[in-house]
Amino acid sequence: MSAGSKSGISYDARGLAEPDAVAPMTAEIDGDSARIDATDLTTRQINLELRRLIYVENIHNVTVANPGSKHSLGVGILKRCNITFEGSPGWFACGLIDGPIVKIDGRVGWSCAENMMSGAVVVERGAGSLTGAALRGGDLVFKGDVGARTGIDQKGGTIIVQGNVGINTGFMMQRGRQIICGNAGHNMGDSMYDGAIYVGGKIASLGVDCVPGDWTDADTELINRKFALYDLGTPPPFEKFVCGKQLHNYDALEPSEKKLVI
Amino acid sequence: MCGIAGIIHRDGAANIGAELTKMLQSMKHRGPDSTGYALYGPSDDMIVIRFVLAEPGEAGGMHMEERLERNRQEVESRLAKIGADVATMQSETGYAFRATVRYSGELKPLADYLEDVPGCEVLSLGNSLEIVKDLGDAETVDGQYRLGEFTGTHGIGHVRMATESDVDLASAHPYWAYPFADVAVVHNGQLTNYHYWRRRLERAGHRFQSECDSEIIAVYLAEKLQSGVELETAMKESLDDFDGVFTYVCVTGNQLGFCKDEMAAKPLVLFESEDMVVVATEEIAIRALVGREVDTRDPYEREVKVWQV
Repeated sequence: MSAGSKSGISYDARGLAEPDAVAPMTAEIDGDSARIDATDLTTRQINLELRRLIYVENIHNVTVANPGSKHSLGVGILKRCNITFEGSPGWFACGLIDGPIVKIDGRVGWSCAENMMSGAVVVERGAGSLTGAALRGGDLVFKGDVGARTGIDQKGGTIIVQGNVGINTGFMMQRGRQIICGNAGHNMGDSMYDGAIYVGGKIASLGVDCVPGDWTDADTELINRKFALYDLGTPPPFEKFVCGKQLHNYDALEPSEKKLVI
Repeated sequence: MCGIAGIIHRDGAANIGAELTKMLQSMKHRGPDSTGYALYGPSDDMIVIRFVLAEPGEAGGMHMEERLERNRQEVESRLAKIGADVATMQSETGYAFRATVRYSGELKPLADYLEDVPGCEVLSLGNSLEIVKDLGDAETVDGQYRLGEFTGTHGIGHVRMATESDVDLASAHPYWAYPFADVAVVHNGQLTNYHYWRRRLERAGHRFQSECDSEIIAVYLAEKLQSGVELETAMKESLDDFDGVFTYVCVTGNQLGFCKDEMAAKPLVLFESEDMVVVATEEIAIRALVGREVDTRDPYEREVKVWQV
């Protein structure tokens, strides 16, 4: 299963040789649940063990203990299941997943759940930058602060942050929702195409073409439903922000028509 | 890419050489070309000089051994002539040296005089600062220079992936803020107005050891410190003076601080406890040091923070 070289030696993201890049078969299995102690495992071994348990053994609940911020953990899982990380999985956690419900009892580094398609990732603390980049579906929930460029290029799904977010949140967002309970940094929603950003705190500045939006009952319903779903308490009052659709890319005129207008 | 790290102990000296090695080795994937340390040991009346007489690749060349010995003797002779009383002179590699001297004069003439010796580059000068850098990963450099034995209060380190200049010692971090004692910087990013600041600082009489943009930061900050500006203020001013994307960590004899640019484009993770403050490009480096789950955070854009020893 490993992407080995001709010599049979493969390398993990840190350049460490993994001559035995096969599932380590070290998990303790108990019925429909399993537990992996990742202390002495490399990134690839942890991911291979996760896949073995979920795809081969058909285990539904997997716990990864001591993930040790090893980066790129829990990526590419395309099946409904429950995964719990007891600790920080580091950068690039849970990218490209489609289906799993992931609980992280720690914080995550940069680029959590990039290109996630469905399922949920609930992080008990905060996250670094580029969180939920190009998110396509599912829910991302953070109970702490999140870094810069949250939901950059977001194409769907919902990002909920109970703390603050940094600069360029929602940059070039195309669809989906962001629910930010705390403050937002400069240039929020810059060049967004569509979707909505709800902010409970202060906004340092709005980006180009990000404007206040009209509140509807559907907004209230969405927020109440998500807060109840993830047991987040009573939602604070929010302001809604959407795309003003004034940028050149919303110009519907054909080139020949544009010449006439000009 | 590159990876940076810094530690400041709030409760006295610790084995910071070994600690930084653990952190830097865990970030080897961010830069395998060279590794460097700026370590702060106990401060006393002696001046510590770290210098090299050749690049590592040159050291095995023909007649190089005699040349290195001749130049080392010339350095000792010049130190004596300028009034620096040499107490110790050691070399772990044959081309990199550590000298301790009693000297009460200006540092700039001392550094300039030594660097007139062929191949000589002064890596650091100060009462407690020691910059050690060489090619290879952290464990390699630690092994070469026996940094595991180094005890001190604070330090910074850097693993370098060469992108805009050569794989050599001159381009390796940290950078000492020539000719100011005990100031060093590690940096991850690119300064896009490097040439502007280089010309401006050169006109002010500074010289640069490398073509690397990161060296600008060290000299820029040290100049401000010398004019009486506080380190934190100087770092905040750098946010408006430097263009580009950058996160850097600066250390002086009794301070360590970080600065993150207005785009927050370069990563940094911060861990604070009662005993220590640790910063690193990636959390994996903090984990490598403390060995357990800890609460960390990513500083935001335009954030500057400085701690005292």
